[in-house]
Amino acid sequence: MFSIPVFLQSFEPLFWAARYTLLISGLGIALGLVIGTLVCAARLSPYPVLRGFGGIWVSFLRGVPLLVQLLVFYYTLPVIGIDVPAIFAAVVTVGICASAYISEIWRGAIAALPRGQAEAAVAIGMTPRDVWMRVILPQAFTLSLPALVNELILLVKASSLVSVVGILELTRASQAQAATTFRPLEVYIAAACIYLAINLCLAALGRYLEHRTAV
Amino acid sequence: MQASAVDIRKVNKYYGPFHALKDVDLAIPPGKVTCLIGPSGSGKSTLLRCINFLEEYDSGEIRIDGQLIGYEAPGRKMSGRKLREMRRSIGMVFQQFNLWPHMTALGNVAEGLVRVRGLSKAEAQARAAEALAKVGLADKMGNHPARLSGGQQQRVAIARAIAMEPRLMLFDEPTSALDPELVGEVLNVMKTLAGEGMTMVVVTHEMGFAAHVADQVAFMEKGELVGVDSPGRILHHPEDPRIQGFLRTYHERNSF
Repeated sequence: MFSIPVFLQSFEPLFWAARYTLLISGLGIALGLVIGTLVCAARLSPYPVLRGFGGIWVSFLRGVPLLVQLLVFYYTLPVIGIDVPAIFAAVVTVGICASAYISEIWRGAIAALPRGQAEAAVAIGMTPRDVWMRVILPQAFTLSLPALVNELILLVKASSLVSVVGILELTRASQAQAATTFRPLEVYIAAACIYLAINLCLAALGRYLEHRTAV
Repeated sequence: MQASAVDIRKVNKYYGPFHALKDVDLAIPPGKVTCLIGPSGSGKSTLLRCINFLEEYDSGEIRIDGQLIGYEAPGRKMSGRKLREMRRSIGMVFQQFNLWPHMTALGNVAEGLVRVRGLSKAEAQARAAEALAKVGLADKMGNHPARLSGGQQQRVAIARAIAMEPRLMLFDEPTSALDPELVGEVLNVMKTLAGEGMTMVVVTHEMGFAAHVADQVAFMEKGELVGVDSPGRILHHPEDPRIQGFLRTYHERNSF
């Protein structure tokens, strides 16, 4: 039988672990946005070397499962003499993996803009910087929001994979909790509620931004 | 003879193996309206876009008030900064309007004044409002392009160009994307501009506009400039069989 008191009690220890989920996905997303933007810029640059590098970056990171990337990164660092906490390895791997997807989301949004948008700006004598900052990027950002929110939600859920390098985040904590209390149903439903709450917040933020930047 | 506002000499342009402009020579007199007509794919728009170097020409010269555009010397490209400086005084109006959808009508017109001319925001908005009033859109300044009709959008685009106080205006089929009943309002704004002595180059399929407003009409076909003359001579008494053929098709299509 489903016990409501047990269900409610399981939230407290899970909240503790959910902070790691939030930390890893939050920092991972931030890192992914920064690197993703740079990779996108590389792929759109006039220099073939940069374009090639961006292309390889994206294909490699999209082609290997995040779980495998985590393990490779985690076990490679000590081999090359770098001793960092597991949480650092987790954030960096999640961020790098996300950057591949985010850069493609940006690139798609930029490519979707009609060429005339930039031409109108170039024709009145705007600098390339202004063309990007005032005309292309604001529109590309709005266009990319649905896909971006999608990616961020996937990322929050994918953060459960970092448990393989020993981080007690939400999924791992609920497994432990279920094993000690023998109440898996209540515990896992509580965990599901927390994931859902986080992602509903992200989706709401996305809708808010879409509304604010609507054209 | 008066110096030309735009002097096009022996201009050639290739897209890969396709020869898009073939030794085009054309002088655009200042303060006058020049219409470029011809079948689609004849190179009219390409030639127009070469004038502000949105399209790079491969050989020949295009001079704006005597100054070569796009190149320092044959084969040596102009710096981005110099090119931007020259473009500041050349307004351009596109077939698809190309208004920026994330800005209001006022924002669209003020943007260049702030970013390119360096005016303060308040001053730019005041001038933008003047330009919009001039094209009859004083009451639509706060609207985003999506809330404007095609004719209104194109008039905003004209305001965006004239607010920069250009010496030369280029129009690339400005009414081709409009519903027929909206063509008139855009042509009227263009007639007013022409009446004020603006130098204009207009790629158009509006033969009525060419006949009544143009000071000279140039006919292009297959990348060649076939003839340049007064609208009366080109449109009513053309000598070249290619122009005669084009006008015959035009009249057949438009008669009922």
